[in-house]
Amino acid sequence: MLDSSANVSFAYLDHGATTPMLPEAIEAMTAQMATVGNASSLHTSGRLGRRVVEESREAIAQAMGARPSEVLFTSGGTESDNLAIKGTFWARKDADPRRVRLLVSTVEHHAVLDCVDFLVAHEGAKVTWLEVDQVGRVHPETVRAAIGTDPETVALVSVMWANNEVGTVQPIAQIAALCHEFAIPMHSDAVQAVGQVVVDFAASGLDLLSISGHKIGGPQGVGALLARRDATLVPLTHGGGQERQVRSGSLDVPAIRGFAVAIRHATADLARRAQRLTALRDMLIVGAQDAGFGVQVSGDWVPGDGTARLPGNAHLLVPGCDGDSLLYLLDAAGVQCSTGSACQAGVPQPSHVLLAMGMSEHKARGALRLTLGHTSTSADIDAFLAALPAAVERAQRAQVATSSQQAIPTQTR
Amino acid sequence: MRVVAAMSGGVDSAVAAARMVEDGHDVVGVHLALSQNPATLREGARGCCTIEDAGDARRVADMIGIPFYVWDMAARFKNDVVDDFVAEYAAGRTPNPCLRCNEKIKFAALLDKALALGFDAVATGHYAQIVQGASGARELHRALDMAKDQSYVLGVLNADQLARSFFPLGDTAKPQIRQEAAARGFYVAAKPDSHDICFIPDGDTRKWLTDRLGEQPGDIVDTGGTTVGRHDGAYGFTVGQRRGLHLGQPATGGQPRYVLEVQPKTNTVVVAVGDLLGIDAITGDHCRWCGPAPRGEVSVGAQVRAHGEEIPATAWADGEQVEVRLQRPVRGVAPGQSVVLYDGTRVVGSATIAKATSARAAASGQGRRELTRDADGSTSPAGG
Repeated sequence: MLDSSANVSFAYLDHGATTPMLPEAIEAMTAQMATVGNASSLHTSGRLGRRVVEESREAIAQAMGARPSEVLFTSGGTESDNLAIKGTFWARKDADPRRVRLLVSTVEHHAVLDCVDFLVAHEGAKVTWLEVDQVGRVHPETVRAAIGTDPETVALVSVMWANNEVGTVQPIAQIAALCHEFAIPMHSDAVQAVGQVVVDFAASGLDLLSISGHKIGGPQGVGALLARRDATLVPLTHGGGQERQVRSGSLDVPAIRGFAVAIRHATADLARRAQRLTALRDMLIVGAQDAGFGVQVSGDWVPGDGTARLPGNAHLLVPGCDGDSLLYLLDAAGVQCSTGSACQAGVPQPSHVLLAMGMSEHKARGALRLTLGHTSTSADIDAFLAALPAAVERAQRAQVATSSQQAIPTQTR
Repeated sequence: MRVVAAMSGGVDSAVAAARMVEDGHDVVGVHLALSQNPATLREGARGCCTIEDAGDARRVADMIGIPFYVWDMAARFKNDVVDDFVAEYAAGRTPNPCLRCNEKIKFAALLDKALALGFDAVATGHYAQIVQGASGARELHRALDMAKDQSYVLGVLNADQLARSFFPLGDTAKPQIRQEAAARGFYVAAKPDSHDICFIPDGDTRKWLTDRLGEQPGDIVDTGGTTVGRHDGAYGFTVGQRRGLHLGQPATGGQPRYVLEVQPKTNTVVVAVGDLLGIDAITGDHCRWCGPAPRGEVSVGAQVRAHGEEIPATAWADGEQVEVRLQRPVRGVAPGQSVVLYDGTRVVGSATIAKATSARAAASGQGRRELTRDADGSTSPAGG
């Protein structure tokens, strides 16, 4: 049973987790839901469904600088990453058994990291981790050094377009060019980047690119892998042979239509949108720094710049606090955000991204990720900055209380 | 009041949280993650803090319309409860980790964090009652359902902790709680009760301890010092234990033998026939009083294990220690266990058993056997 929270006003500052759906996407999607048609059927209804899928494919391709045939629909970013990494690893190793090495950055999303761990544990893969600098950036020289003297052993390079926690944008085109020198395919997870910075598949030189519907105002449960036509992939799901024979399963026509509408909106007029988000982000960071708690910003932040760091990403470190305490206190005050790190059963683990950037576990505990998007306003920032002082004060007390070994002193003696 | 409802994912804490909401409190559900490597799924009545348990707790919180969070207390739990458990066994004592958890985690780390975050109190699904006493102070009492009474494991709570605790189930019998859960539509209504020690998922304490302390083969001797068997580690034995001794020969007269004493210094287990095990004098330390400390000699009921019987006794508290004289002897009293003292249904307080002796045996000239805890923490016989 849903409560009345829809009527309660709150500041939603977690666009990095998911975005509110665009009204246009909801409208297109619900209209499609009212129609029948499997896009693989040959009759009239099927053809109508197929037409919606192909028009959506073209719209997405156009928005992403790709050809329609390069767009493979999936269930979202995680499936796209799995297909790109496992599918390429198996295909490349089948073609040449020496190709067992994966070159992957240490700050990837778990959808990439856990694929790598799986392939190492079960499929004989070897991994060369690409270290990052203090702002979480992979340097092309690091990739060159990792390729080393035996490029023929590399199956795939994967570096995300922009980090989901600290928002650092990677030099993708430079790294892709480097990979091409050695004829090594490259994948990038651009789930967080689309709609925030320019993502052009053809211009990037990438072979594979993961995108998702719900981070850009579209529906959850749909995404795509952009794959060059010469990229060979071993399928992960077998069946009806949809999506270039690599991703079987009836296509989710309403979701695909909503996804296409959303990506058109998210990429149109990008410069102006990015500028607006950058200004809001800077207002948030400066306000938090000025609150007087020694709040630091992590990652690569240059005021006014929306290219080195995602325009909508603010990642703060609050001294003496546990991020989960802050999250609760802010939530209770009507401000929704994230600690940014992966959870197991809801338990925050120290962020692998922050640790990879050289941060201590202690410092990483106070992480708070605030991410902005198409519905964000300065009122959201004001609400956050108004709630912050009381939240920090209480969270600091809570950390003192839980880190001490003493129970409440015995009253009587 | 603003209250944290500790929600394990089981039926009791689910109903407790729902009752707090109905009583008009502003409730937030909190699941404690106590295991550093939680299993995915629960197995029957054992284990705890699985991802499935956290999911069950979250689902109940959704149904009663309260916010829900998971708080990670795994490091504190390991430090204060699990490591303490291992160290106590290694020293030849028999700890009760549930009391330690209540003392150090649920009504300390959890309560302290809740208070710091602006809450007023913590509510749990323990079967016990809090009663407003004549002086206005809150008293801890046994649950109405004696079969489920958990006041023993709460005997470590002091007045400050009790002032900030709620036990909403204490006036109801367990079968009614399950009915209430079902009526509320909680699908955890039929979930099995938890048993055993939550961090030993398969229930095999001796094996679990062996994994951590290693095999330490040694002798099993009788009270005359004759070796009657071998063991793989004295730490795996508890006073009063009969099973698992694998003694080749029965005692004279064919009576079953029990563990009388664990001697960690010499890694020796001493066994005796049952009638040597009766204990009627207890010295306890680490006293925790649920209200004002008793003064002078008082008449109490004493309980030495979670679901053991209450025995009429006198207690004399002296600052750091309490002397308890039982009116009739009980078996299987091990150093490290807790003795909880009652005045009627009211919990007076608790102490950790440091020394358990038989005054009767001493008086009858059979030789006084004492189990004492030396300054270095080991157990050794005195007298005899």
